[in-house]
Amino acid sequence: MQRGVRLVFTNHELAGTGPAGAEVSKPRFSQASVMQYLQQIGILAGFIVLMLAFAILSPYFLTLDNLLAIALQSSINAVVALGMTFVIATGGIDLSVGSIVALIGVVMADLMQSGVGIPVSVLAGTVIGVGCGTMNGLLITKAKLPPFIVTLGMMSFIRGLALIYTSGQPIYGVPAGFRFLGSGYIGAVPVPVIIAALAAALAYFLLRRTRFGEYTLAIGGNEEATRLSGVNVGFYKTLVYSFCGLMCTLGTIILVARLNAAEPIAGFNYELDAIAATVMGGTSLTGGQANILGTMVGALIMGALRNGLNLLNVQAFYQQLAIGAVIILAVLVDRFRK
Amino acid sequence: MSEFLLEMRNVNKRFPGVIALQDVNFALKKGEVHVLLGENGAGKSTLMKILSGAYPMDSGEIFIKGKRVEINKPQDAQELGISIIHQEFNLIPHLSIAQNIFLGREPVEGRFIKTIAWDKMYRKAAEILGRFDINVSPRTPVRELGVAMQQMVEIAKALSVNAEIVVMDEPTAALTTAETEKLFQVIRTLKAQGVSIIYISHRLEELSKIGDVATVLRDGRNVGTVDLKKTDTDTLVRMMVGRSLTDMFPKESVPRGKEALRVENLYGKGVNGVSFVAYEGEVLGFAGIVGCGRTELARAIFGADPASGGRVYVDGREVSISSPRQAIKAGIAYLTEDRGREGLVLGLSVRENIGLPVLDKVCRAGIVNFGRKSALAANFVKNLGIKTPSLSTLARSLSGGNQQKVVLAKWLATKAKVLIFDEPTRGIDVGAKWEIYQLINELAKQGTSVIMISSDLREILGMSDRILVMREGCITGEFDRSEATQEKILYCAAGGKTGVH
Repeated sequence: MQRGVRLVFTNHELAGTGPAGAEVSKPRFSQASVMQYLQQIGILAGFIVLMLAFAILSPYFLTLDNLLAIALQSSINAVVALGMTFVIATGGIDLSVGSIVALIGVVMADLMQSGVGIPVSVLAGTVIGVGCGTMNGLLITKAKLPPFIVTLGMMSFIRGLALIYTSGQPIYGVPAGFRFLGSGYIGAVPVPVIIAALAAALAYFLLRRTRFGEYTLAIGGNEEATRLSGVNVGFYKTLVYSFCGLMCTLGTIILVARLNAAEPIAGFNYELDAIAATVMGGTSLTGGQANILGTMVGALIMGALRNGLNLLNVQAFYQQLAIGAVIILAVLVDRFRK
Repeated sequence: MSEFLLEMRNVNKRFPGVIALQDVNFALKKGEVHVLLGENGAGKSTLMKILSGAYPMDSGEIFIKGKRVEINKPQDAQELGISIIHQEFNLIPHLSIAQNIFLGREPVEGRFIKTIAWDKMYRKAAEILGRFDINVSPRTPVRELGVAMQQMVEIAKALSVNAEIVVMDEPTAALTTAETEKLFQVIRTLKAQGVSIIYISHRLEELSKIGDVATVLRDGRNVGTVDLKKTDTDTLVRMMVGRSLTDMFPKESVPRGKEALRVENLYGKGVNGVSFVAYEGEVLGFAGIVGCGRTELARAIFGADPASGGRVYVDGREVSISSPRQAIKAGIAYLTEDRGREGLVLGLSVRENIGLPVLDKVCRAGIVNFGRKSALAANFVKNLGIKTPSLSTLARSLSGGNQQKVVLAKWLATKAKVLIFDEPTRGIDVGAKWEIYQLINELAKQGTSVIMISSDLREILGMSDRILVMREGCITGEFDRSEATQEKILYCAAGGKTGVH
């Protein structure tokens, strides 16, 4: 047995271009890791079961039109949940997303009505979304307050700003060009679905291919070890909340464009839907891991459930009941499977 | 009836990619202290986890008092009188000693409404503690106890369920010499009362003091069971690693180079004005008792905790360090003493862990070059001999020695000029220790300045070129390799003042 150690690396080896590196690094996706990934989204099986059940109960459910409608209805939650997934992956939480959506909405709609144009309005919305997220992040990292408390406070604070801005009144009417983002189609596919898919692709790329994504998981896994590894933990944690704010902006654009209106009370319970989609998708609340595809499936389950129950004429009160039960069941099944 | 209290026959266990145990036989007599020896990853923990019901075995049989038993879950093991005392304690800090001992099995009183019989509970707890001559009130909250006392509470907890077999995993790892002696007394008492003990330890020198027989595991096989009274340490080591270690400390001195690190009048939490110089190619040992400020000094130099005053120079240039990030940039690396809490992100893979401090170097515009990162990690895995099924394996699933090598790899990847090792060999086996000493030699040869903090005096004496002794946040002694002895170091560590130049 060779016990000696060799420490002299050539620069080639350290740069990973040498022959020694090439032989081990080849399988980017080994069979094992693909299996692992499929296992992680065991929620997919639940999703398929749910779809089959509704398909049997309602003949209309599995039509292309209805499936696209489900995707459309899920798109806002999906986009917001992508941001939430990053936040939860660091071991944090963001309860303020719904209020951020409301504030962005009323400011964007108001600006568009005052005639400053769509690009400027969207830019303003982005600044507000990212700004609110960054504020959350700074309070958490600089003032060292727990994310739950910070975002709970901000939830109320930002909602207050939205209500004050419009004196509690809704704002009706946005330009036709903007409405396209919510109600337009490209081919047969609704634009919001395309936006959500692109956002998911971006999130996946960020998580799996960038320094930002890697640090996100490292911070959630062991913040102290990550800090001692020379990572500017405060900066990256704040960035995660900023990203969540950015996703809120995207969600708001879809919302306002679809409704052709903005309300200061919009986005009610968005944080709960986003957390539900994230956790159902297999991202653990304790942090350290994240599952983008799972989050998307989680959002689709919520959408399919609401859609299917509507088709079956289930009363709204009972819908609440069913959704709550499915969330708990989904996580329970996932736990047992492991 | 069998002469053995416990017999495990032909136990096999396979994990994905690894055969953990292969046809292992293990037999334990009543009232015996049976040492389980082996390197990290040899299969000791797996065997004990099977015995305690934490893992199922693939095949094999377990007999207790000659009768075949099934152990499928931890409760099964408990009912059979088997208790495990883990390295990490499972105590609840703000509950009292008695509450911890009887957690989940509190004695109750009352006919209709059951309430906890507090008096009875405290009395019984005091009784159990009395068995070991421990004079602490059972009402004391566990958080107020030292490590050694907490361990006693764990032992008491195990005994309160009438355990006949107690497994102790590295019980002395965190104990001082005096506390270890106390523990040994307790073990002898238990033995006299007919309790059998399976004792896992890496400290070979203590085994003959406490153990009767030893079973050695190597690569998942039973290499043999020997009588400890008739076996010397060399034989045990040869059985464990499959060859003889001629020298525990393969020290190779190299001529020391120019100044690498200069610390002047550093103050901080637990550090009271420390000045010293470390040179290229030199291994500088830091000795002292636990709590003397060595770790605090290292953390202050590395920027892990803020320093309140003083200067630090690397390569003769003053550097301002207020975060680990700046320290790494300046060429300083720090291997923390606590691998799990501070060294690794256990839920991330080997590849991600090694890449963590040098991610900037394998990134372009924030995008990670996966191939380069993998190649970097693969090189270290190969050159340090890290035993891992793949680069994607989670750090959590590696053995202690291999985890330590992953920590080493990540810091070597930073190509630091000054490497501070804090307890580099704590909790790892002789073979892995030897490899780490080799690595320290190799680093010194390449001109790295190595600073080694260790509570193992033999290690300090065996590996250092120069030794600094600390006490109460100050340096109280300095010795050259040639003049250092255990006595001189202990004298300075305990409060004498000699050898300061």
